Amino acid sequence: MAAAAASSCGGAGCGPHCSSSASAAAVEDAAAAAAEKVGRLSLSRECGKCGGGAAAVAVAGGLGLCGECFRANLLGKFKLAVTSNAMVRPTDSVLLAFSGGPASRVALQFIHEMRCKAIESWDVSNSQALPVFGVGVAFVDESVLCSKPRDEIEMAIEDIRSIVSSLSTGVKAMHIVRLEDVFSTESEDGERRLREAVDMIGDDTGREDFLRCLRMLSLQKIAMENGYAKIMLGSCASAIACHVLSATVKGQGYSLPADVQYVDTRWEIPVVLPLRDCLAQELTLLCELDSLKTQQHLDRPSNGINSLVASFIKRLREENPSREHTIVRTAQKLKPFSFNKFSADGYHDFLPSRLRPKFQKVDSDESTFSEILCLMCGSPFSESELQNLESTKHKAQKKIDLYTAHCCQSCYFQILPAGENLNEHFFSLLPKLWTGKMDTISDSHSLLRDQIEEYLLEENDDGN
Amino acid sequence: MPLTFSVECFYIVFEDEIHQTIVENNLFKPGDRVAIGASGGKDSTVLAYVLSELNHRHKYCLDLFLLSVDEGITGYRDDSLETVKRNEIQYGLPLKIISYKDLYGWTMDDIVKAIGLKNNCTFCGVFRRQALDRGAALLKVDKIVTGHNADDIAETVLLNILRGDIARLSRCTFITTGEDGPIPRCKPFKYTYEKEILDYFSTECIYSPNAYRGFAREFIKDLERMRPRAILDIIKSGSPQQQGCQSKEHKLCKACVLLDGLNRGLPKLGVGRTKGVAGGDSDCEQQAKRPERSRSSLQGKHGNIDF
Repeated sequence: MAAAAASSCGGAGCGPHCSSSASAAAVEDAAAAAAEKVGRLSLSRECGKCGGGAAAVAVAGGLGLCGECFRANLLGKFKLAVTSNAMVRPTDSVLLAFSGGPASRVALQFIHEMRCKAIESWDVSNSQALPVFGVGVAFVDESVLCSKPRDEIEMAIEDIRSIVSSLSTGVKAMHIVRLEDVFSTESEDGERRLREAVDMIGDDTGREDFLRCLRMLSLQKIAMENGYAKIMLGSCASAIACHVLSATVKGQGYSLPADVQYVDTRWEIPVVLPLRDCLAQELTLLCELDSLKTQQHLDRPSNGINSLVASFIKRLREENPSREHTIVRTAQKLKPFSFNKFSADGYHDFLPSRLRPKFQKVDSDESTFSEILCLMCGSPFSESELQNLESTKHKAQKKIDLYTAHCCQSCYFQILPAGENLNEHFFSLLPKLWTGKMDTISDSHSLLRDQIEEYLLEENDDGN
Repeated sequence: MPLTFSVECFYIVFEDEIHQTIVENNLFKPGDRVAIGASGGKDSTVLAYVLSELNHRHKYCLDLFLLSVDEGITGYRDDSLETVKRNEIQYGLPLKIISYKDLYGWTMDDIVKAIGLKNNCTFCGVFRRQALDRGAALLKVDKIVTGHNADDIAETVLLNILRGDIARLSRCTFITTGEDGPIPRCKPFKYTYEKEILDYFSTECIYSPNAYRGFAREFIKDLERMRPRAILDIIKSGSPQQQGCQSKEHKLCKACVLLDGLNRGLPKLGVGRTKGVAGGDSDCEQQAKRPERSRSSLQGKHGNIDF
């Protein structure tokens, strides 16, 4: 009915009962309310970019922007991040991590639009030499740790499915994977191990960070098992600003640069962050303006340091809306690691020359980086952590010593239970994807030790 | 597991930790003349006491002085200077007071009257830093020590992240700074939590409620309640372990830029990120509407200072 009314009066409104004018006014009110929530200062009435007379709904770069220009601004940032960092090759299958929140919803929308555009170009191209990249979507179901009723959880997951299936061009696949599956494919065993491991962690922040590490592991597993070349996260500037402060507060200043770059190849499947320059408020506003459905019913409340940092950042944002960008820029000035660039191998065919400096100059035979990474969170080891690892390797009698030495100081403090016996049990619960690597190192260490046993001095040997 | 001590044991452990910090970081050598920046506040009062105790107990062979800066804040600094004068008598340490009025011809009361309560802390911070240097030069000391504690340093790390000041971020956790300058400064309380510092009496500067630092301090207090070691973890995060951070050398002394701005009726000169250059203002209509303050002979040519 509303649609028919709109077409008969052309949308201008033919009276107080005209739903066309009412709905237009409602959209405008919603936009104004949304812009109000964003807390923009000195919002000019008209769009300063297109000059088309449309009402401004948000501010970007000091200019008031109408809805269209605001959208174009965000899409432009996304595309620039993807193209200038060569995040997606034509032959790639990209796995988008979709949480249901506004940031990953916008990432899903934008990558979908880029793919549609690429398909159109391919259709009209004479040669059709280059394929179009594929997109899959992954949702990590953490409802096993959620206290909500089962029917609400299932409805929320169904919502997630419907959001993805509503895209005009289908995705390669939708993967809804339970978090406990990284522990074991047998559901009861996985759930038991996950619950037991989480219960052993005494620190609230440690528990949250442990789950975050498991989430990444789950995404890696999905990507490896299904042939994806990249994982795309919806991490925006606001989330990164929170991470910068959280990492600082947890003593992870050394590894911080690794987590805030566009590209992160330290994982089996590289991770890219195309929304790094967009603020959470902008993405939320876009979802409202474009009626992009989100689903956050399964979000768990945060406690601990991460929550404290988030409320501190919120307070800073109220005082100065561009503070988050400043924080991210500060972290960007720190020197990134070698794995924060793609290796040039495999890219040369598609790479414009202006982008070549962004790539590592490594031979395909060499390992792409030499840093030692934390077993759980993947943080590169600082000098002191490396020294501790080296001295432990020499003295380690038991596998558990090697396991703990391969955890960074932050994970050691806030995740590992206190006490050697508890630690052993904790590591026995962890996913094999983590502990398997340590078993290989430990076995080769034991083998080496056995080989040179007779030449080793005992600790109390006085040389006589 | 946190340990609890009797009062006597706490004193012993506290003093021993400071002694270990001094020794492990080679803060002093025998025969050094050391000026203790004394504000009359809890940190510098405890610092003066502990340093004179340790100097005697462990035979550091230091000549200790108290150096105090009088910013000219009526009702605040005049009270705290009385505390410093008592410290002079209690600890037997010679005291030198150096005032903004003598150095610059302006008191903080005058400056706040001129510029209001915005950016006044910028002026005070920069002038105090230079005043300490000037006072230390007059005393012919080899080193300045200040009572900055772990909470202060953690706060500075956070503030530099929030402001995007990567150059300061790389320097702010050093226990000794200015080693390439005439008089280095060190912070023996770098690893000491505020709450550990005895004789805590909270006397906030009457002009400070607008200080941005308070914002970060509240956050740090909340953090400390949640995870006490977070303060040291912030300092650890801020310690320079990265190559490639570039610090910028400033061509002109900040104090001179600020003072020039005051004397010319341009209080915003040099405040924030603008590179204020003395005499570089192209707007002739903004030439000083106030008569220039008489300048002390301590101002003037002193080359580049990296602050």
